[in-house]
Amino acid sequence: MSKKAAFATPDGPIVYKKRSRLMETWNSLKTNPGAVFGLIVVALYILMMLLSFVLYTREDVVAINGKEMFLRPSAQHWFGTDEKGRDVFTRIMYGSRYSLAVGFGAVGIGLIIGVIIGAISGYFGGAVDILIMRFCDVLSAIPGTLLCMVLVAALGPGLINLLVSIGVTSIAGYIRLARASVLATRGNEYVEAARAIGMSEVRIALTQVLPNSLSPLIVATSGNIASCILSAAGLSFLGFGVPVPLPEWGALVSGGRTYMLKAPWMTTFPGIFIMVITFACALLGDGLRDALDPRLKK
Amino acid sequence: MADNIIEVKNLKKYFKTPHGTVHAVDDVSFNIERGKTLGVVGESGCGKSTLGRNIIRLQDPTAGQVIYDGQDITDLSNQQMKRMRHDLQIIFQDPYSSLNPRKTVMEIISEPILFNKLMKGSSKQDVEKRVRELMDTVGLAQRLINSYPHELDGGRRQRIGIARALSLNPKFIVCDEPVSALDVSIQAQVLNLLKDLQKEMGLTYMFITHDLSVVNYFSDDILVMYLGMVVEKAPAEVLFKNPIHPYTKALLSAILVPKVNGNPDHISLRGEVTSPINPPDECRFTRRCDYICDTCKAGTPPLIEIEPNHFVACHCVKPEGITLQRTVGV
Ligand SMILES: Nc1ncnc2c1ncn2[C@@H]1O[C@H](COP(=O)(O)OP(=O)(O)OP(=O)(O)O)[C@@H](O)[C@H]1O
Ligand code: SF4
Ligand SMILES: [Mg+2]
Repeated sequence: MSKKAAFATPDGPIVYKKRSRLMETWNSLKTNPGAVFGLIVVALYILMMLLSFVLYTREDVVAINGKEMFLRPSAQHWFGTDEKGRDVFTRIMYGSRYSLAVGFGAVGIGLIIGVIIGAISGYFGGAVDILIMRFCDVLSAIPGTLLCMVLVAALGPGLINLLVSIGVTSIAGYIRLARASVLATRGNEYVEAARAIGMSEVRIALTQVLPNSLSPLIVATSGNIASCILSAAGLSFLGFGVPVPLPEWGALVSGGRTYMLKAPWMTTFPGIFIMVITFACALLGDGLRDALDPRLKK
Repeated sequence: MADNIIEVKNLKKYFKTPHGTVHAVDDVSFNIERGKTLGVVGESGCGKSTLGRNIIRLQDPTAGQVIYDGQDITDLSNQQMKRMRHDLQIIFQDPYSSLNPRKTVMEIISEPILFNKLMKGSSKQDVEKRVRELMDTVGLAQRLINSYPHELDGGRRQRIGIARALSLNPKFIVCDEPVSALDVSIQAQVLNLLKDLQKEMGLTYMFITHDLSVVNYFSDDILVMYLGMVVEKAPAEVLFKNPIHPYTKALLSAILVPKVNGNPDHISLRGEVTSPINPPDECRFTRRCDYICDTCKAGTPPLIEIEPNHFVACHCVKPEGITLQRTVGV
């Protein structure tokens, strides 16, 4: 019997069917054009990154070619060439690994650590909560970029350290958000109902409260992917990011800045790539939030 | 000797807040007989829910004792309490926030059973059968077994909450305003359901409400609370026929049908509820009482038995004679 039939008829089949949350989320996501667009774009970006591993070597993107400087976009160089005669398209393709790694990696670090600490803070309260909130206050009192630079300087240069630094810098925001969300969810009576059947606090926190507190975090996360990519760009520009000849997208934008009038393609194309992934992540995040909330399902 | 399933002795629950200590429940004592219903009435914020939650140990009392079936459960550890919890359940007021929006009816009703391994060794089908039985018991159509709570109306949601409470075969249920959030037409259905269940399963209820007409229909005994304290306690018919405490009188006159030319006996509740934060040592009703006299500020009045089973806490009421005289608003 198909699942549709089991739900459609008013007095009809009453077969118990485990409703798969994953399938229902997917079904709901499918019907949201924005989310589908976002998903396709993210998939294309990942595909691009994978392809770049196969197609190009490090040599291809750092080698200087004095004869082909500042060429306009053409059939041969789709996105033109830069001040050292390197193909911009190739550099963008190759650079996707850095930008995506920083975007997703930093957000992952911030999200996981932030949610764990924030949930503890919101759920258990008391002295722990106060301590954690003061820690957040301190963390957010320091300007983000400065904190990042300090961390990179302390950890040393390199992609992983960059990613960790950006992630850590965003933790305070996640903690606050997770805490607020958990606090709101914790007050629901179903939490007390779980207590009344004998569930332990930890179990309640994990099985009842946390799953119902995630929506705002998902939205924030999707927005943050973009801002992490931008942070990485800024840091690269200041010399704290990925080492110079490597084509991290932010570095491409800031590197081309000097030739804005002479060769606008040098900044425009990487800029568009950053913008599109930002937009796609936001759409996907919105769609995911709706799809994950059973109350919003049709 | 009465067969008391619940005995509450000098129960206190205080909350420390930045503004002071909230005396949510202050020195409350009473018994509930097996198979009976104790109605608890009082204005919003008087501590009814807190009382109910402390009795079944959803919160830990600040002081006092709760005795269930002859056993003191006040100081049981969580582990020891776990077995007790099967017997002590609660039905909540808000049918929206009392059900986890991410779980289907099947998951909500089976969760207590699975979590407590009540049907250890039985197959999934057996658990499902049990859930269906429970759905029948509370009058939920079986086709709703796959639904999420938000797909159902308030009355059905409340039935899910009742089925969840029943799934552990409880003996005592705290009904915390189980119908206040429902339409009037559905209120009666749910009340009847609760009454039938009580008869069939021999349940004991503590029925919390601020609606006196509901409590009259439902209760054997009634406890009237004001700012964390019991001000009057009596069998339902006695309380309705012969309310003595000024607060009870005011509550009851509020539900009488108003006469066109004004009801001369009508006593309205003046002023606002005094705060339960750091209350002074005087009758807590003084600021709103129509009968106030000199003795009212002389400490908190004790609960005294003025006739068999009829208890009142008011300085102006003595077993040897009631000296209450209306001094305000005559
Ligand atoms: N966790 C808490 N912390 C601080 N104060 C609390 C807490 N829980 C309850 N209170 C206070 O205790 C008092 C009694 O609250 P309670 O919820 O028991 O009242 P109630 O009689 O059930 O009211 P209602 O009819 O609105 O449900 C209120 O003043 C409330 O503000
Ligand atoms: S003690 Fe005084 S103030 Fe309190 S209820 Fe009695 S008459 Fe009213
Ligand atoms: Mg209440």
